[in-house]
Amino acid sequence: MTAAAAPSPSVALLAERTLPLALEVLSTRYAYATFAILFAIGLYMMIASPNLVKKIIGLNLFQSAIFLFFVAMAYVRGGSVPVIPTEGGAVGEYASPLPQVIVLTAIVVGVSLTAVALALIVRLYTEYGTLNEATIREVMDE
Amino acid sequence: MSNPELALLVAVPILASTLPIVGGLKFDSIGWPVAALAALVEAALAVVVARRVATEGRYVHSLGNYPRQYGIELVADGFSAVVVLLIAVVTLAVLGYARRDGPRSNPFYTAYLLLCGGLMGIGLTGDVFNMFVFLEIVGLATYALVATDRSGRSALAALKYLIVGTAGASMYLVGVGFAFVATGTLNMAELATAIPDTVGYTDPLVVASFAFVAVGLSVKAAIFPLHTWMPDAYAESPDTVTAYISALVSTLGAYALARLVYSVYTPAFFEAVPLAGDALVAFATTSIVAGSVLAVIQPDVKRMLAYSSVAQFGMIVAAFGLGTEQALLGGVIHLVGHGLMKAGLFLAVGVIASAYGVRTVREYANLGYRSPVTAAAMGLSLLGLVGIPPSVGFLGKWYIAWGAIEAGAPVVAGVVLFSTLLTLLYVARLLETLYFRPPEAVEGAVPGADVRLLSDGGDGREAGSAGTDESTAEAGESTAGASETPPTEARPVPFEAVFVVAALSVAAVALGFAGPVFEGFLDPFLEAVL
Repeated sequence: MTAAAAPSPSVALLAERTLPLALEVLSTRYAYATFAILFAIGLYMMIASPNLVKKIIGLNLFQSAIFLFFVAMAYVRGGSVPVIPTEGGAVGEYASPLPQVIVLTAIVVGVSLTAVALALIVRLYTEYGTLNEATIREVMDE
Repeated sequence: MSNPELALLVAVPILASTLPIVGGLKFDSIGWPVAALAALVEAALAVVVARRVATEGRYVHSLGNYPRQYGIELVADGFSAVVVLLIAVVTLAVLGYARRDGPRSNPFYTAYLLLCGGLMGIGLTGDVFNMFVFLEIVGLATYALVATDRSGRSALAALKYLIVGTAGASMYLVGVGFAFVATGTLNMAELATAIPDTVGYTDPLVVASFAFVAVGLSVKAAIFPLHTWMPDAYAESPDTVTAYISALVSTLGAYALARLVYSVYTPAFFEAVPLAGDALVAFATTSIVAGSVLAVIQPDVKRMLAYSSVAQFGMIVAAFGLGTEQALLGGVIHLVGHGLMKAGLFLAVGVIASAYGVRTVREYANLGYRSPVTAAAMGLSLLGLVGIPPSVGFLGKWYIAWGAIEAGAPVVAGVVLFSTLLTLLYVARLLETLYFRPPEAVEGAVPGADVRLLSDGGDGREAGSAGTDESTAEAGESTAGASETPPTEARPVPFEAVFVVAALSVAAVALGFAGPVFEGFLDPFLEAVL
């Protein structure tokens, strides 16, 4: 009896502690939570979807998650745009400009990759008439 | 700012890559001359950089004169100089092959030069985010090159490579993001000091960042469970492209991994988090075995060589994970040796495919007597891959095995030796087919001309052309040999192609004697990072 009764307070305690923690993370760190979710969804789409275009959409989702991660990391509560006036007098908090630059570059890279991928898909579609990877492989092996 | 040659090494091919497209509006075949000129400039610059590194050691170029806290640095040290030289040499060699045999379209040379510039960038950059950008430039150019022959198969191989490769590069970017959150800098030298100073090696952010970076770059280096893009991409792309990307693209992926491990996380990280190093070595060791076993069962020669690359990169990454001086030296030597040998092998496959149209191991029957120089060069490189002593393959494996024993990881040394046996298994299969299997028994093999008849014909040809010195024989081998023997419709092979194949295999053997040179050249780098 005691053995059965013993876990219940600690479980209750655990729930009491973890629930607020989870809530706190979700309310203050929701950008990172979204990053993790989008990252996983994108990766899953790339692996599981048989449709080539959907694979590329998954890839884009995956990359967008990373952009979100970088922008969220640079965000400063109450901080302003990191443009410093030439006459000086820069006070207060600014968002970090470096991650924003990284995201801009990464977006350019992502767009080029999507373009190349879609060009390849167009060629595959004209050759095989389908976007389903499994079907294309079947036709190839014949 | 001083040392402009570092910036030029990256900028010249990227700027030159625009010329074939622009010039293509007016001239039909401007691609090759532009690429050849750029490659020659690159080779000269690479020699300049290597000479300066040999005398002065590590030196940097800050782009735009920004200090390294904000700007981007290009860094030349022993390791990057070796890699830059390798890129320059292979770029020239593959261009020599492509002059007559390769794709002739101007866009091909645009992608080729872009790839060369991206590779140089990976080799020289001292900034982790800049490394990501160059990885993606290399990736984009490679995806385009794999699909140059416009077939459906190559498009699917390129798309697969694109999806897997981009996922890998993105993982790397996440790792960079974690490291940036932990330290607030992106410069490699700054990171190396900032990680222990600010958060410490065991901080979850740093460990997670290493995990993402290692997984991402393992995709690029084709380590076993992440290697699936490699055989398809190598087998389906044109032979010229296969030779170039097999020699350089994954090589630079492995280089990036080593650079991050030693210049950013530093061996002290492995001491603080032993699991990281152990996991890297474990995956790499699995890769050696899996790659070798898969290579043995491949009927297609290019696929066999691709799986062999998986095994060789496993060996290289294992060496980098071990982190002793000998192992690191062996890894660098094997990186260079593997690049040269694989370039030679894939070009030899290209020569044979363009002469006889055969691509599987079985169909190679008796080709040792039909194309003696190409087959001999191929045999030489194959034996180098096994690690037969006077070859760079032996040198690399020797140092890696030595380093493994030194690091107290006899299992890795055992696997390296065991993989030599497996390598011998698939190499011997190919050599046996080349020299000892009669073609009559094999459907699809190059027919006719048994050994005795052909050697007669060969003698007559040599006497007829009055060329007794070896170079003439080399030159005449495929062209004259092919035109003289009536039973096959073998197309003549240009002299340049055979010459490049022979030169690469001779270089691979010659480098086998360059152990002390490597050691002396890399010593400052090894001392700095270990």
